[in-house]
Amino acid sequence: MKKTNLITRLLAVATLATAATAGAAGPPTATVNTTGLAVTDDTVTVGQLHSATGTMAISETGSIQAEQLAIDQINAAGGVLGRQIKVIKEDGASDWPTFAEKAKKLLVSDKVGTVFGCWTSASRKAVLPVFEKENGMLYYPTFYEGLEQSKNVIYTGQEATQQILAGIDWIAKEKKAKTFYLVGSDYIWPRTSMKIARKHIENVLKGKVVGEEFYALGSTSFGSLINKIKLKKPDVIYAAVVGGSNVSFYKQLAAAGISGAKQTLLTISVTEDEVLGIGGENLTGFYSSMKYFQSLKNPNNGDFVAAFKAKYGASSVIGDVTQAGYLGPWLWKAAVEKAGSFDIDKIAAASPGIELKTAPEGYVKLHPNHHLWSKLRIGQWQKDGQAKVLYESELIEPNPFPKGYQ
Amino acid sequence: MFSQYTTEELYNIFLMQCFSGLSLFSVLLLMGLGLALIFGQMGVINMAHGEFMALGAYTVYFCSSMTEQYAPSLGPYYFVFAIGIAFAICALVGALVEFLMIRHLYHRPLDTLLATWGLSLIMQQTYRSLFGAREVTPTLPDWLMGSFNIKEGLDIPINGVFVLCLALAVTLVLMVFMYKSKFGLRLRATVQNRKMSGAVGINTGKVDRLAFSLGCGIAGIAGAAFTTIGSTGPDSGSRYIVDAFLVVVFGGAANLLGSVASAFGIAQAQSILEFFLDGTKGKVATLLVIVIALMFRPQGLFPSKVRGH
Repeated sequence: MKKTNLITRLLAVATLATAATAGAAGPPTATVNTTGLAVTDDTVTVGQLHSATGTMAISETGSIQAEQLAIDQINAAGGVLGRQIKVIKEDGASDWPTFAEKAKKLLVSDKVGTVFGCWTSASRKAVLPVFEKENGMLYYPTFYEGLEQSKNVIYTGQEATQQILAGIDWIAKEKKAKTFYLVGSDYIWPRTSMKIARKHIENVLKGKVVGEEFYALGSTSFGSLINKIKLKKPDVIYAAVVGGSNVSFYKQLAAAGISGAKQTLLTISVTEDEVLGIGGENLTGFYSSMKYFQSLKNPNNGDFVAAFKAKYGASSVIGDVTQAGYLGPWLWKAAVEKAGSFDIDKIAAASPGIELKTAPEGYVKLHPNHHLWSKLRIGQWQKDGQAKVLYESELIEPNPFPKGYQ
Repeated sequence: MFSQYTTEELYNIFLMQCFSGLSLFSVLLLMGLGLALIFGQMGVINMAHGEFMALGAYTVYFCSSMTEQYAPSLGPYYFVFAIGIAFAICALVGALVEFLMIRHLYHRPLDTLLATWGLSLIMQQTYRSLFGAREVTPTLPDWLMGSFNIKEGLDIPINGVFVLCLALAVTLVLMVFMYKSKFGLRLRATVQNRKMSGAVGINTGKVDRLAFSLGCGIAGIAGAAFTTIGSTGPDSGSRYIVDAFLVVVFGGAANLLGSVASAFGIAQAQSILEFFLDGTKGKVATLLVIVIALMFRPQGLFPSKVRGH
């Protein structure tokens, strides 16, 4: 009974999202594919390029699963222009040159219609020249530092200003915060994000940054940092620590008596995925600013979470990037159908203005700069590892090259 | 930079800062001890040392999930047993590795480097297949969480104290074992002169196996202890290995006391530098100090007085 109910709901979602062409035989291949992509009369081949192994596999697994789920749902509802999607999975193995090599293989040998992939900025930077030279299309799911825009990439996560500014505004207003301590892992995303955060705090909010520090990736000792925080007593700790360091950072904060009850902490790097490792009890009361939380209450998300759990197990969790990964195939399908063609140039041209009303995060719309209009939400972590959403902004325009923040 | 704080605040921070140095010291010491035995005493470059630590950590994780599932009432106590089990499992696997691989390579030290590196890759992939790519953390008993709140503004983390005590206990036991027991005597004799030791009736093959497996067992304890401060993933081992070698090489490979001193020195230097600079610069400065020190003392802080084999 429960199962049939689920399937009906799934079908309902899929049907809603599918244009009138679904199920019917598609237009002839010669007209929808003029550039020799891997499109036949009844199939279209796409690529998936993530790290299934290596240090990033922890994070990228969710994206792989979500993209696969979206592709399955699209296929079940009749495919794209009447063609079933076939997937070639490649493993970037957390190694940036490997990403570039596999991207080239997907575009040149396999002639895939599009690629869903990458996670870190480093891997995206590595494949970008390949996508631009071979004229491929990449749907990139991670929230990232901005300062980039390409005809060949659709960014389904938030760029830095979307994620950072509204979050800091909220915490400053809500907690009457004046002093901030910035902490991040030492690579491009936290550094760029902290630069933007600092400019905003100092120039717009007229607050004060009392410390800004970066720790090497994989670093596990935060004792000295925590002592400095205790000495300087900032109103807010603003954190962008990633990977294994995250767990050490929050465990040691908890052990040093810095808990959500006593200290305000806002992070841009903790999603439900990270909470699994850190443990809800170490994060209780801290805040994350993200565009999506698993606990969001809307019908789209209810269906999405149910479908995800049905496919990957009841104990699986869904973080911000996983949801953004889920949007990729749907946005591509919408673009192909709007363009009436699989050609990359036509998809790129058709993409601006595409709306997705079925997104789990709610309504999203593609901007001419290939980023998404999206909302920013503040979630407060609970002991069970889920976030309680306390604030939701209006739709924020993506602005990957923010003036005054560089 | 301190003018705006009260003396009491500064005093509290000073105490906590001392403790965070000690805490890092105990972590480094635990990492280095097993390696000091295997690399320092036996001369085997064990690139899979970090993976043995990860094995210990995974053992604790396994015990934690088993306890949660089958005997939740044992929750507060399982951790102590888990450390023992981690030691036993790592020692066992270590003995097996020595028997199947290392003992054939004692005369080819560079080949052990390659072989153990290969082993480390195999172990990493095994963890990935068994436990998945995500990093995991065991559920820790409540008594390990939180801190001793000595007074307002002065907190000493309990897990730090626990790791410190564990590190000191393991060091003490190992020292006694090495310098007061028959096995220790045989091990030191074998290291100094293998042929002669064999001639006077020491079973050097057995000594090697025991020493290697003991080293691996200690790595297991270290890994188990690290679950209180960090998470464990399939490639956590490769994060530990650099620090472990740093401690042993800086200390002077053949001397256990050297490892203790070097762990203490590195930890305090890093902790203090991190306080006054920041995370990245602190680490860079620490490594610079070590490089310069090693330029003048290539044999480490406490070079072995015994001539090589």
